[in-house]
Amino acid sequence: MSEATSAVAEAHRSEWAFVLAATVRVTRDLDVAEECVQDAYAQALSTWGRTGVPAKPGAWLTTVARRRALDLMRREVRFRRTLPLLVEDDVEPPMEPDSAGFPDDRLRLICTCCHPALARDAQVALTLRLLCGLSTAEVARAFLVSEPTMAARITRAKKKIAAARIPYRVPSPDELPERIDAVLDVVHLVFTTGHTAPAGGDLVRRDLVERARDLAVMLHALVPGNSDVAGLLALILLTDARRATRVGPDGRLIRLADQDRALWDPGAISQGTELVRAALRSRPPGRYALQAAIAAVHAEAPSWDATDWAEIVALYDVLVQIWPSPVVALNRAAAVGFAKGPAAGLAELDALAGEPQLAGYGYLPAARAEFLQQLGRRDEARLAYQEALLLTENDVERAFLAERADAL
Amino acid sequence: MSQYLILIYEDEAGYAGASPEVWNEVMAGHNAFGENCAKVIQGGNALQPTSTATTVRPDGAGGFTVTDGPFVETKEALGGYYLIEAADLDEAIAIAKQVPATFGGLEVRPIMVLT
Repeated sequence: MSEATSAVAEAHRSEWAFVLAATVRVTRDLDVAEECVQDAYAQALSTWGRTGVPAKPGAWLTTVARRRALDLMRREVRFRRTLPLLVEDDVEPPMEPDSAGFPDDRLRLICTCCHPALARDAQVALTLRLLCGLSTAEVARAFLVSEPTMAARITRAKKKIAAARIPYRVPSPDELPERIDAVLDVVHLVFTTGHTAPAGGDLVRRDLVERARDLAVMLHALVPGNSDVAGLLALILLTDARRATRVGPDGRLIRLADQDRALWDPGAISQGTELVRAALRSRPPGRYALQAAIAAVHAEAPSWDATDWAEIVALYDVLVQIWPSPVVALNRAAAVGFAKGPAAGLAELDALAGEPQLAGYGYLPAARAEFLQQLGRRDEARLAYQEALLLTENDVERAFLAERADAL
Repeated sequence: MSQYLILIYEDEAGYAGASPEVWNEVMAGHNAFGENCAKVIQGGNALQPTSTATTVRPDGAGGFTVTDGPFVETKEALGGYYLIEAADLDEAIAIAKQVPATFGGLEVRPIMVLT
């Protein structure tokens, strides 16, 4: 790859959201803005090879995209618009404009993409497309739907933004925390989908994990005082620190208990631990900060056996209070089993058996199988592994479960 | 400014069995909404229950079929609406949150602008 090509690729990843957000301000139309930004990147590809990479690629791209937008709009008097313009207010964003004088509108853009009036799958699709610059085909692949389906989903969401007048602006200070929560849900969903792909041949979708991490880093820079944002970034860093050890060279899943902790990423761990300490200072601690704290306990444990399970159970006890989700209760039950032995864990898991939200959730029978096996109840363990297999569509997880069942 | 229709969907059974106190509370809620949001309310009405509704559908052969009952049978039925003016969806949602909907909820729909 030539220097110019790799510079464009790098700018695509690091500057797309900034350039698009600044261009939307000119066009007040998401589609036109996307087109202009794509043109700017295409122009960079042909120009930077000749003239060299500019000192500030983001500013260069923004200038080109906005100029293109103004051109289009001057000519557009001849075209009839199909959608109304985006609503925005005149208040400048709280951030200082960058040195090239462009306002940082990324918070507007992500709050618009994650507006609660949009369906969750549309929020995710728009965020990946508009903030991360993924093509429709890439977003479709990430969520295992066909490209036409994803294209229709994105088009419908953009239409709703324009027709229902979802405003392009940073929410007021009293609404901001709630709106940031919605953004964090989307980023978390992108991360979890990437960290353990719900289906397919790979355990991990690196592309999605990295996009989620980039989004969390961006949000942390935009709203540095928000402890939920810090908590989510910490969670992502601490969990992803184990990336090199989750799958063996033969493509097999390696459990946390068996991972080579020497290969965990110390940089991500120290950064994540620092963030989680700060995030936990806010009272009450948020759900992501608590999840990150649990990940930090694992990160700091020298081995599986030396893990402070009592601390982990205590953290889950708090988490389940502020976020009473059956999945959290399941994780807590498993932690109880590691803290107090398989019989205690099994009792906790069986108490969740009637939970409708866990009815199709493969990790419940998988955890039961584990504890049943430790208790020597092999027939029941085998049944539980088979049940877990029926509920899992990720090939790597399936292979792991099948192997465990066979070993009984 | 744009116009939005706030549609009030509620379980009619809630009203059928409601005590006079509940009725008074709902009426007081609508009166308060009318006063607080007088500047943005451009119209609105309560509807008679769906038991009074009549559905009229073209039969595809140039005529019509007229039947007793609402267009769609749902647990929560359209029972009233407000036409309001708002700068954007966030403002419209903030206004909708002030509309009483004890036995159901609200739908906010932008009015189509024809150019």
